[in-house]
Amino acid sequence: MASLDMNAEGGPKFVGDPLKIPKLECGASLDTDTFKAYPEHNEALGFPGELIENWQEVAIAKIGELASNNRAFQVYLDTCVKCGACTDKCHYFLGTSDPKNMPVARQDLLRSVYRRYYTFAGKYFPWLVGARDLTKEVLDEWYTYYHQCSQCRRCAVACPYGIDTAEISMAAREILDTVGVGQKYCNEIIAKLKKTGNNLGLNPKALRATLEDLEEDLEDETGIAVKIPLDVKGADILLITPSADFFAEPHIDGLLGYAKVFHSAGVSWTISSYASEAANFGMFIGSYENMREVSWRIRQAAKDLGVKRIIFGECGHAWRVAYSFLNTLAGPFDFLDQNYPIPQHILEFTLDEIESGRLKIDKSRNDAHIVTYHDSCNVARGSAMGDKEGGQFDVPRAVLKAVCNNFHDMERDTIRENTFCCGGGGGLLTDDLMDLRIKGAKPRMTALQQVTADHGVNKMVAICAICKTQFSKVMPKYGYDMDTVQSAHQLVANAVILDGQETEEAE
Amino acid sequence: MISTVYAVLFYVATLLLVIGVGMKVVKYARTPVPLKIVVSPAPRTRRGVWLRMLREVVFFESLFKSNKWIWLFGYLFHWGMLIVLLRHLRYFTQPVWWWVELISPLGKLMAFVMLAGLLGLWARRIFQERIRYISSPSDHLMLALLVGIAGTGTLMTYVTHTDVIMVKAYMLGLIRLQIGEIPTDPILLAHLGMVALLMIIFPISKLMHAPGLFFSPSRTQVDNAREKRHISKWARNLPPLPEGIPAKEEG
Repeated sequence: MASLDMNAEGGPKFVGDPLKIPKLECGASLDTDTFKAYPEHNEALGFPGELIENWQEVAIAKIGELASNNRAFQVYLDTCVKCGACTDKCHYFLGTSDPKNMPVARQDLLRSVYRRYYTFAGKYFPWLVGARDLTKEVLDEWYTYYHQCSQCRRCAVACPYGIDTAEISMAAREILDTVGVGQKYCNEIIAKLKKTGNNLGLNPKALRATLEDLEEDLEDETGIAVKIPLDVKGADILLITPSADFFAEPHIDGLLGYAKVFHSAGVSWTISSYASEAANFGMFIGSYENMREVSWRIRQAAKDLGVKRIIFGECGHAWRVAYSFLNTLAGPFDFLDQNYPIPQHILEFTLDEIESGRLKIDKSRNDAHIVTYHDSCNVARGSAMGDKEGGQFDVPRAVLKAVCNNFHDMERDTIRENTFCCGGGGGLLTDDLMDLRIKGAKPRMTALQQVTADHGVNKMVAICAICKTQFSKVMPKYGYDMDTVQSAHQLVANAVILDGQETEEAE
Repeated sequence: MISTVYAVLFYVATLLLVIGVGMKVVKYARTPVPLKIVVSPAPRTRRGVWLRMLREVVFFESLFKSNKWIWLFGYLFHWGMLIVLLRHLRYFTQPVWWWVELISPLGKLMAFVMLAGLLGLWARRIFQERIRYISSPSDHLMLALLVGIAGTGTLMTYVTHTDVIMVKAYMLGLIRLQIGEIPTDPILLAHLGMVALLMIIFPISKLMHAPGLFFSPSRTQVDNAREKRHISKWARNLPPLPEGIPAKEEG
């Protein structure tokens, strides 16, 4: 239940309850399907091109393999008691009313098959424990509903045993890939990255041209030659940022913000054309091997360029992979400077610069903005920042409060570890799932509407490329302009005063 | 005859419980964890993780935060059951340990707390649409079994007393591998029969959530991926990837 904000200007108001639980509507989301991958996409990732003949046998064997290779998968399948604590936690359930989008029901799609083939009760008393044979209908159902999970882990926070539906949904996608049923969006993108180094398929020449254009924009704006270096050997810092930062709005303004911060800090930095992507969709499809291959490019680039540090730009799942997995997948990073976190988040860097007083800030430049902050799910529940527990919540807020005067948090149960996914995470940011994305954004949008009514909030900051794209697409459906969502570093960029920059007052 | 049947039943049930749970626990412990998958915010130290787990076990912290009703009924049931179980030690020890004597009066009352919790959970399973949807027959039967055990136990405590001296002698005998005489009181036999059944199904059912909690990586891992490299055995053995960038990628 949402609580009313007694400090709201003009008294407390009630717009809507972002946590409102719908009545169940069986099959409401059954027809929401995402496009399947073409054979060449699957094959580029090492999977069969299309559904193999003995898929049933292979899929069942894969369940066993995953259970013996991954403790989480094994324990999570065994220990759920069906208490129901997770049932109202998924934004896709809240948005679609389809009971199979309740986390435990989503897990059960796979658990029922695991039980049938791998447990005593399921082998001999399937009706008793809800075990079922793996049929083509079940496989189709997996494809449908495991592509309505954004792996945001809101349910894992709620579970008394920490059962993480994201782990089950990643495993299910890996099983599907193994029998030749891949999702187009994810697999095509991973294939592109393996070819060009980024999700957009942007080649180094095009990337260089883009960055040069951006440098010109920066110089026009500030009168100072702020550089966005590419492939500079011997630079101190390698910046790994989502490729959307090179092209998409509002992402680009974030990239300009990083450039200003680096410029002002006086550090030498570079982007790599070989590892020009922070995103790692290998995580979405649950493929350790693909995730490792994608991560490995960062190691290769760092060694090749001879950098001392790696810093990641604003991207949610990329930061989860970077913070939690990079050391595992592509480590050890003994060739980097051990005095800095490996890897470091750009917000950690920026906060250091602000707190040390090296970054000159004029907060009033953001006075037109009344700002709230959307905790991106993967940052909130799959990573950390700084050296204190909960730093992933406090570091971004500290930066925002340092660069703007008007900041208001949304409803407590929709932020920090209880934050909602934007509705487009986990490999679902594709137009063929637009209907689902709009519905999945509803809890977040309702919470935003509440702070808009209470405090006049007109900007919502996100630090994730997927969140930014998703919100700029769905916000108009909820009565907001698409530029209501902003990069944290866009607000930083607005407020930063570079050395030698002419300020308006001086003119 | 009945005494022997129950003796065999209890020996078999105990063996299945200990060996079954033991095998599962060993399997869980040996299964590798390929990645750091803590659900954050999470403790940065091992000590912090112990405290987190202690809070989970003692207070059901996550459940409290996520659903107050399930927490309330679950909490009443589990703590009620714990005290009731501890009180049952008086049937297996001679002389009875002092602290078991001390909690015995409380243990008698806790039977009602346990029953109240169970009935609350069952009511939610029946009347709450979402939980009804996710329930299998086994979920209801498990509650029925526990209500049956608690119900027959409470009956014997407060209504139709059985010969507890004789029960105790029988149990102490079983511990010493001697089969004595069990009272043939049907309520007692039903109570013990259901307990044995619960012990037998423990390792092959969702009751494994109790040991399973301690093997849930999202809760038991330390949040220190940047400081300490986490790598599983099978991942270590993957074929190495090339260092350095292949030349053709330039331009």
